[in-house]
Amino acid sequence: MRRTRWLSHLLLVVACFFVMVPVLFAVIKATQTDTAVLTPSLLPGGELLINVHAVWVKARLGVFIRNSLFVALLVTVGKTLTALLAGLGLVYFSFRGKTVAFVLILLTLLLPTEVLIVPLFDLIAQRPPAGWAAFWSWLRDPVKVFLTPLPHGFGWSNTFLALTIPFFASATGVFLFRQHFMSIPRELADAAKMDGAGPLRFLLRILIPMSANTIGALAVIQFVYVWDQYLWPRVIIRREDLQMVQVGLNLIIGTGEGVQWGYVMAGALLTILPPLLVFMLLQEQFMRGFALSQSK
Amino acid sequence: MKASPVFKSRSLPWLLLVPTLAILLVFLYFPVIQSFVLSLYRSNLFLGTQRYIGVENFRNIFSGTLAPGFRQVLLQTLLFSGVVVASGLAGSLALALLANQPVRGARVYRLLLIWPFALSPAVAGTIFLFMFNPEVGLVNQLLNALLGIKPRWLDTPALAFSIVCMAAVWKNLGYNIVFYLAALQNVPAELGEAAQIDGATGAQRFLAVTFPLLSPMTFFLFFTNLAYAFFDTFGLIDIVTAGGPVGAPPFDHAGVTSTLIYKIYQDGFGGAANLGFAAAESVVLLALVAGVTALQFRFGGRRVYYGGA
Repeated sequence: MRRTRWLSHLLLVVACFFVMVPVLFAVIKATQTDTAVLTPSLLPGGELLINVHAVWVKARLGVFIRNSLFVALLVTVGKTLTALLAGLGLVYFSFRGKTVAFVLILLTLLLPTEVLIVPLFDLIAQRPPAGWAAFWSWLRDPVKVFLTPLPHGFGWSNTFLALTIPFFASATGVFLFRQHFMSIPRELADAAKMDGAGPLRFLLRILIPMSANTIGALAVIQFVYVWDQYLWPRVIIRREDLQMVQVGLNLIIGTGEGVQWGYVMAGALLTILPPLLVFMLLQEQFMRGFALSQSK
Repeated sequence: MKASPVFKSRSLPWLLLVPTLAILLVFLYFPVIQSFVLSLYRSNLFLGTQRYIGVENFRNIFSGTLAPGFRQVLLQTLLFSGVVVASGLAGSLALALLANQPVRGARVYRLLLIWPFALSPAVAGTIFLFMFNPEVGLVNQLLNALLGIKPRWLDTPALAFSIVCMAAVWKNLGYNIVFYLAALQNVPAELGEAAQIDGATGAQRFLAVTFPLLSPMTFFLFFTNLAYAFFDTFGLIDIVTAGGPVGAPPFDHAGVTSTLIYKIYQDGFGGAANLGFAAAESVVLLALVAGVTALQFRFGGRRVYYGGA
C-alpha cells in the first residue's frame, strides 16, 4: 500500500510537470532580458516588470485587455439578463407557442457562430439603409429578405456594437435557468404571488438569490467564451485601438523577424490572468452549477 | 413533470422572451438563410460586386480546379479532429483518474492539472510558436545541444501538423479534466471495492466498472471536443502556422494545417475575397454540423449508461 501511494505521488508530480512545462517556460522567459531570452538559458531573470510594462504600454496590450474586459463583462451581464428573463417566461407562464419558442432557442446550441462568419460579416459590416423607408420596403418584400443577398446591414464594423449586441442571447443560459427554475418548489412562487408579488419582483427577490450557482457557472462559461473569441474580432475589427486581446496577441507577435519574445511571453501570461481569476473565484459554483449537473 | 403555470398573462411571457428570440433570429437564423443565398452568388468582399451564378460555387467545391483543395482540407479537418479528440480524451481521462486517487495534497494536484482551463487557443499557440521556433525556441536549442539537429518544425508539413495537434490537445486538457473529475466523484467507491473483492485487477476494474459509468461524460466530451477541434482551434492555427505549410502531393493544394473554418476564412476574407465561394463552403460545413448533431441524437439515448433508470 505504501509503495503504490509513493508511486501515485511520483506519477502525479510527473503529470503536473508535463502539463505545466509550456507555461513554466513562458514564465521564465518573461523574466529574462532581451538577449537572455534568445539563449537556451532557463534561469529566471529580473526583467519581469520591465517586460510587463513594455508589452502593456509599448505593444499596447493594456488597450487590448481593457477592450476585452469591457466587452466580456458587458456580454456576460447581457446574456445572463436575457437568459433569466427567458427562463422566467418559459417556466412560470403557459402560452401558445411555448414549445416552438423553446425549441427555437435550444436549436441554436448546435449552431456555432463560426459557421456563419461570412453572412454575419455581411449583415454587420454593410452600410445601413438610407432611412426607415428604405428598410421597410426591404422588409416588406419576402423575396428580397429570403432570396437575395442583403443590400444593407448594420454598419457596425470597427465598433463594440458588433462585438456585443449579436451575443446578447444565450441558449446555454436559457437551458440551465429553465432546468434550475423547474427544480425550485412551486410553493415558493405560489406564496410570492399570494403576497402580491408580480413575476418581475419574484425574479428579483426569490429566483435570482436562489440561482447563485447557476449564475456563477454561466458567468464563467460566458466570460471565458468572449475573452477567448478570435475569429469574429479578427474579421470585424480592423482598427488596432479597438481590437480584442486574443487577436491583439497576434498583432504583438507581428510578422517576420525580430519578435520581442520576452514581452510576448509576458503578454501571453497577462492574457491568461483574467479567466484564471474568474475561474478560481467561481470554481465552486461552476462545479456545482454546471459540471455536476452535466453528468446526471 | 409539468407543473401548472403560476402567473397568468398573454403578453408578458412573450415580452420576456423577445430579447433572446430577437437576437437569435436576427444574428443566427437569418445568417443561416443568408449563407444559402450568398452561396449562389459570386460576391467579392472588397469590390462589393454580386452576381447570381446558381450552383457554380458548389460545382467548384466538388469538381473542377478548386475541388482538390477542398477535399484535402476536409480530410485534414477530419484527421486533425480525430487526433485531437482521441488523444485529448484519453490523456485527460488518464490524468483525471490519477488526480482522483485519495492521496495527500490531492486538491493541489487537481488545481495544477485543471488550470489550463484558463488558456485560450491563441495563448497556447503563442507559447508553442516560441517553443518550436527553429532558432531561438527551447526545443531546438535542446535538440541542437544534445543531438546537433535543428528541425524546421513549422515549415515541415508533418511536423507542423503534429505541433498544432499537440498545442490543441494541451489547451483543452483543463476543460476535459474538470468534467472527468466531476464525473468520477459520482462513481460509487463500493462498486470498485466489490470488484476488487471478486479479484478484479486494476485494469479490469477500470474497464468493467469505471469506464462504463463514465460513458455519459465521455459522450458529452466527445461532441464538445469535436466542436472545439472544428472551430475553436482557429486562433491557435492562425498564430502558429497561419494554415500552412503546403505539403507534398497529394497534400499540395492547401496548407496542411488548414481546417475547414480556416479555409472559409482564407477564401472569404483573404486575397481572393470570394464571399460567395466561402458561403458555399459554409453551407457544406453546416451540413456536416447537422450530420454530427443527428448522430448525437441518434445515439444519445443508447449505449450510454445514464445511471438509475
